[in-house]
Amino acid sequence: MADKHFRFFLIQIGAVLLSILAAFAVGAALMLLIKVNPLEVYWKLFEGVLLNPYGIAQTIFKATPLIMTGLAIALGFKAGIFNIGAEGQMIVGGFFCAYAGFSLHGLPPALHIVICAAAAFAGGLAWAAIPAVLRVKTGAHEVITTIMMNFIALALTNYFITYYFHLPETVHTQLIAPAAGLARMDSFVHAFRGSPANMAFFIALALSACVWWALWKTPYGYETRAVGLSPFAAETAGINIKKNLLFTFLLSGGLSGLAAMNFIMGYKHYFEEGFSQGSGFMGIAVALVGQNHPIGIILAAFLFGALSHGTLVINALVPKDIIQILQALVIIFVISSNLAVRKFYSAVDSTPKAGQAKVKDQDGK
Amino acid sequence: MTSLTSDEPLIIHMSDKETFEIELRGMSKKFGGLYANRDATLSVKKGEIHALVGENGAGKTTLMKLLYGMYRPDGGEMLLRSKQVRFDSPAGAIAARIGMVHQHFMLVKTLTVAENVVLGQEIVKAGIFLDSSLAEAETALLIKKFNLALDPKALAANLSVGEQQRLEILKILYRKADILILDEPTAVLTPQETAGLFAILKSLRDEGKTIVLITHKLKEVISISDSVTVMRQGRTVGSVKTAGTSESQLAQLMVGRPVVFEVGKKPLPAGELETRPAVLEISGLKARSTKGHYALDGFELVVKKGEIFGIAGVEGNGQSELIEIITGLKKPQAGTMKLNGELLGLANASPRLLFDKGVAHIPEDRHKRGLVLDYSVADNLVLGRHREKTFSRPALINFDAINDFAGKMTTAFNIQPQRFELPARSLSGGNQQKVVVAREFSRQPKLLIASQPTRGVDVGAIEFIHKKIIEARDAGCAVLLLSAELSEIMSLSDRIGVIYRGRVAGIFSSGEATEEQLGLLMMSGAEKRLKA
Amino acid sequence: MDALSQIFTLSLLTQTVRISVPYALAALGATISELGGVVNIGIEGIILTGAFCSVLGNYYSGNPWVGIAAGVAGGVAVALIHAVVSIKFRANQIISGLAINILAVGATKFFLKFFFHSSSNSGRISAFSKWDIPLISKIPLFGDLLSNPLILLAIFLVAAAYVFVYKTVFGLRLRAVGENPECADTLGINVFLTRYAAVLISGALAALGGVWLAYDQHQFTDGMSGGRGYIALTAMIFGKWNPLLAALAALFFGFAEAAQIQLQTMGLDIPVQFIQMIPYLLTIIVLAGTFSKAASPSADGVPYEKE
Repeated sequence: MADKHFRFFLIQIGAVLLSILAAFAVGAALMLLIKVNPLEVYWKLFEGVLLNPYGIAQTIFKATPLIMTGLAIALGFKAGIFNIGAEGQMIVGGFFCAYAGFSLHGLPPALHIVICAAAAFAGGLAWAAIPAVLRVKTGAHEVITTIMMNFIALALTNYFITYYFHLPETVHTQLIAPAAGLARMDSFVHAFRGSPANMAFFIALALSACVWWALWKTPYGYETRAVGLSPFAAETAGINIKKNLLFTFLLSGGLSGLAAMNFIMGYKHYFEEGFSQGSGFMGIAVALVGQNHPIGIILAAFLFGALSHGTLVINALVPKDIIQILQALVIIFVISSNLAVRKFYSAVDSTPKAGQAKVKDQDGK
Repeated sequence: MTSLTSDEPLIIHMSDKETFEIELRGMSKKFGGLYANRDATLSVKKGEIHALVGENGAGKTTLMKLLYGMYRPDGGEMLLRSKQVRFDSPAGAIAARIGMVHQHFMLVKTLTVAENVVLGQEIVKAGIFLDSSLAEAETALLIKKFNLALDPKALAANLSVGEQQRLEILKILYRKADILILDEPTAVLTPQETAGLFAILKSLRDEGKTIVLITHKLKEVISISDSVTVMRQGRTVGSVKTAGTSESQLAQLMVGRPVVFEVGKKPLPAGELETRPAVLEISGLKARSTKGHYALDGFELVVKKGEIFGIAGVEGNGQSELIEIITGLKKPQAGTMKLNGELLGLANASPRLLFDKGVAHIPEDRHKRGLVLDYSVADNLVLGRHREKTFSRPALINFDAINDFAGKMTTAFNIQPQRFELPARSLSGGNQQKVVVAREFSRQPKLLIASQPTRGVDVGAIEFIHKKIIEARDAGCAVLLLSAELSEIMSLSDRIGVIYRGRVAGIFSSGEATEEQLGLLMMSGAEKRLKA
Repeated sequence: MDALSQIFTLSLLTQTVRISVPYALAALGATISELGGVVNIGIEGIILTGAFCSVLGNYYSGNPWVGIAAGVAGGVAVALIHAVVSIKFRANQIISGLAINILAVGATKFFLKFFFHSSSNSGRISAFSKWDIPLISKIPLFGDLLSNPLILLAIFLVAAAYVFVYKTVFGLRLRAVGENPECADTLGINVFLTRYAAVLISGALAALGGVWLAYDQHQFTDGMSGGRGYIALTAMIFGKWNPLLAALAALFFGFAEAAQIQLQTMGLDIPVQFIQMIPYLLTIIVLAGTFSKAASPSADGVPYEKE
């Protein structure tokens, strides 16, 4: 029944909101511990992020890569892939993107933008290919291999920048060609002046719609979700699960790679170490808090983006690291609440169906 | 489904003056709002073998897990030797000298036999250290005393099914249990092994131990138990002395209505089978198991159009590998397979390919392989057919067509409740199985692989599924039937093959073989011909 | 040959041990947690917390032993969060671990600013003075190393972890709980308690790794765990979930790093990045191979649910 789904949906949202509240409560306790007034801090945060256009623009800017990595990770989750490698894929995607940006010249903007985006996608995809193939061919679990790939991505790009590509006297590459740059929002929304929020945000929104379409409206999505929920049943039904896993994993990697465009094509126009600012890891939190649904992911990305911008807003009042603590606490509370949500839902959903008492299978399966 | 008009249990032998070893009164247990046990009672006398019977899902195992402290009751009281008890964990039950052998063996595969035996009640030296040599010695003593033929130092991972069961019993005996609970202990045994187990149980009873035997096989109840309690839908519906009852009375109690044991199947005309075309021909099949040895070793099989070929055998003699190969889930090391006379390249066979060639598959484990439990019934009904033109274009699934189809199927196969938008998880086992059966039959297969088609479903669904299988056979479908229930194989099959160590050890026509003959063959691979 | 003798010097040995100790201690922790069935990616954050708390304890008490106690307490507290989230709330253990790592980075910096008014490092602390143990300190090459109480403690812990896992009652139960928790439960073993204990022990061990880092540098610096927790996880996998082998793998990774530093001082510049990659590449290779698959406990990462 639709209203039952809706009720479950409400319970889930309620749990997420409660988790956020709980995180802020613990955060407040920590601030009290160091004799800072949490209300003052939270008001400042609210004011600085939501009550002024610059704050909103900054939130959009910070949310953009999170939407993309969140989508990447959610897509993987749906197929039963735990892609912790979004960070590394984003880094390699960024490197490819920058390379395509500064090594080509004289292209028309539309084409150069597409090429750079394709390079970012390809970079992320290539970096996901190794754990993806290992998962499919040897069964090596991607949780560990992708973590390893993150470190290798860091070390490798660091090596290439240090030894070959850095601009003298700097630790970053040369600038990408102007044609490859994305338009900034403040060029047409005056109030956003000073914020690097850019067109990548709309690409992120479009990608969200695509992912939603692919997952819930296409045979590919039907198969992907089946593979994630019950790989053996999918296999028995003739779905090529290895192909599906490989494809989904690569797609997830490509999406993570695209996340680099916000910084490289929309903001600084070069690659530097640490440009990803942990967006790949935060994407896990975004996917989780957003319940792996594109709309939830957009909202969650805004939450984490707003917090991330909030670091600067509250810096004068309290060590800015409180924001990182809040982010971690949100994750911890959300994952801890999942069990309660399931229990609560099954208690609500307990009315015997069609007058027939269903009992649990005796072996407890 | 069936509704019971009277909720009054049939209790014949109980009187207030008797004292019991175990008394469970008004036990209730809920899982997520559904009652697995509701006001269930059980009274067992000291030194008896007490059978606890009921259909799948009747709540037998749950009730025993309450007694064993694995679940906490939501209501009711438990008396042990006339004293009220309450166990928060199995530790308490073990201390009260209760032991339980679970249907799915509970062994730690990475530990040795001796370590498995002492686990939880270890022999300690210097306060915290394991005394391994003493543990092995004690285990060896017990093995000898009860004639259980095990090596204390062997790794549990390397034990056969029979050895694993003996290890489970050994674990209980090590804990000096007075009360032994065995959950469907014969499910994986041949008739002969069952007889051996029953001999052990009888001798344990004669030593004064109290035994509760959970089973759904009524023949066993009659042959071994002293008294019997019947459960249905979580409640106790009867408790009687075995001597004063019959299989049909128990069956009626279990189901709540009279049960017909016969399946309405017309026998094949004599001699006609030879003239029919073969649908499935397998020869020289060799395949390694996950453990590395040859699970199939020169397997040969021909299934003809319009026949039900039943395969009997003890679990682990190559059945799983056989099904996986025929359905394209596994690649064999050698051998050929023909489908309707066409040779299949087995190395490239995939579930998709065989699916397209008209092979339907009712998997033995519907939760694992048959259904995506979190998908709706409608989505499950097209699983595997979702790419057919009726149901989808490359970029868009046609949900209207799927729902239309699902509506027809839920009606035709009487899937209850008839709401195909519900997740498959929320259906009862029988209705879940009907979803699988409906899907597979809707494709009008040429060959049906039915593996444990009625495992864990209620009697109503069993009858329905049997009827459907026979209908398919009468319509010309070749059926390969695998089942752990020998009675199911014997009542449905036109021919019966016995599989032993990856080969066919013998083939019988319907009605030709007795249960004993099949059992011997299943166990030893050789037929002992008493007469010839 | 000449180059070889130049490489294998006392300083290489010292360096190797210095680098390996935190890897080894954290790897022991990770191993014990996973043997019990709880994946602990939060090791990284626990190391960091352990380092910070030990500095705090040491700085304010002036006593290195108090510092150790504080570090261990801090690590155990963080491990307790992971344990509650993973065991009680049956949440995804990997996400919990990642969240713990984020939390630890944030929380240590937060309190670093509060206690030391710096966003980069703490005040200096005094570490242990050498122990002059009569015979041991005279051993050639190793004498100096073995006079450090923390090294002695680390060596003792490696041996103790091995004995603990394979020779004690608790170890047997731990392995049973990680392999087949339902079975352990039916035998009256408290799965939850065992797992809590395993995670807390892992927290204590990883925190000691952090203590070592802090005492080695005589201060806490921002993010000083520097990915060591992940190296420890690779050592655990490389050591096939056997504490002794995991410690040896840690020693090997430490040696590779020390050798790189040594080569660099000799003017032979192997880019540090490639040395950094070694453990990660090796782990991927090991995981891609078949031999480690059977080694991981069956119920590793699977929350236990009791009705």
